[in-house]
Amino acid sequence: MTNEEHARIVERIREHPFFRGFDEEFVESACADAVERRFWAEEVLFREGSPSKNLFVILEGKVGLEVGSSDRPELTVQTVGPGEVIGWSWLVPPHRWRFDARALKPTLTIALDAENLRHTLSRRPEWGYQFMIRFLPVLAERLENTRIQLLDLHAR
Amino acid sequence: MPASAPAPTDSGHPLAPIPYAVRSTATETPDTTTLVIEPRGTRRISLSRPGQFAMLYAFGVGESPIGISRETPEGRLVHTIRRVGPVTKALTALTPGDTLGVRGPYGRGWPFKEARGQDIVIVAGGLGLPPLRPVIYEIFAHREAYGRVEIIFGARTPKDLVYYDEVQSWRRRTDIRIQVTVDAAGRDWYGDVGVVTTRLPDARFDPTRTTAFLCGPEIMMRLVSEAIQARGVDPHAIWISMERNMKCAIGLCGHCQFGPVFLCRDGPVFPFADLAPLLRVREV
Ligand code: FES
Repeated sequence: MTNEEHARIVERIREHPFFRGFDEEFVESACADAVERRFWAEEVLFREGSPSKNLFVILEGKVGLEVGSSDRPELTVQTVGPGEVIGWSWLVPPHRWRFDARALKPTLTIALDAENLRHTLSRRPEWGYQFMIRFLPVLAERLENTRIQLLDLHAR
Repeated sequence: MPASAPAPTDSGHPLAPIPYAVRSTATETPDTTTLVIEPRGTRRISLSRPGQFAMLYAFGVGESPIGISRETPEGRLVHTIRRVGPVTKALTALTPGDTLGVRGPYGRGWPFKEARGQDIVIVAGGLGLPPLRPVIYEIFAHREAYGRVEIIFGARTPKDLVYYDEVQSWRRRTDIRIQVTVDAAGRDWYGDVGVVTTRLPDARFDPTRTTAFLCGPEIMMRLVSEAIQARGVDPHAIWISMERNMKCAIGLCGHCQFGPVFLCRDGPVFPFADLAPLLRVREV
């Protein structure tokens, strides 16, 4: 990756709602080994059970998070779009994805390298804390949405 | 109506159903049908305010309160009905030419005139869209009288979305924002997936000058109202439409009592502020 590409990624991550306001040094460090990744509509970002090597930061497009099993078709349970991030499986062992992710339209992401990110976060505990404070609402919101889904809002 | 049933006559009594004929029917979803009906004689009911409902009478079976989704200039009424019991089953089985009874309109409708000059947030869940449709058309007709307009429409799955083609046509408008979401979908759906509350953060409105209109299952209205209130909207400016079993529809029988109010007479549209404490109580 050229310095120019790296600088562009850092800039875009800095502007992304999830990372906005973060320590500049942290963003710089978190973006080491980050790459821009484009997905066509229908292209799979990752599959359940595969190694979780990235935190995907969505810049454009839409991604469906799917669950499935051998005896039934995949079910999309949530879509995520610009301003959002996908995945926490990279953060905690066994570092494997817990669901499938598939682009529903052409999608532009920045894939942050999970190993580098884990290393960065553990190197400076205050960054780790800041990151967790930022990440917890994402997890809480997903949990809350799952709870609402279970309530089955449209049940009659 | 079965061919053997006697043809109902119009007694002229204000509480007697007025005979209407089914003009056309359309299947919206596997369990939901839209009926377009027109008066058989000279008497007809006329909507005084969008958001009102009518009592539809399936002869020999019973009556059910159904929101009025549209009144055409020729006096036809459009009702979208989900099959949930014997009456709605009978109503949705009607075919063009059949007769049904209609009385109403009842209830206070949506206070859309008071909402002029404000940003508007409309959230409909499933069959909550038909009663809100008149509000949407009122806004389209006087678009310049309102600020930003955000419409969020949710259903359980893509096949539960009513008025799908019509909603698609609204999406072509550039002067409103519309988000459609479903709770879960198969791979043939390329739209948003997630409960309606997940679409709210994307809605743009000025909370200090916003009126919200919500219709759908109670739990959805409560959660959405709370989320809109959390954005800073006054709970008196969040309007919800309640549904309950009704019998008389004129405030006499008490069938529709919800805490201290009768939904038929005092509602079915209420400010969230008035009902919020009751919505958290189970089995009111
Ligand atoms: S239905 Fe009789 S009082 Fe409301």
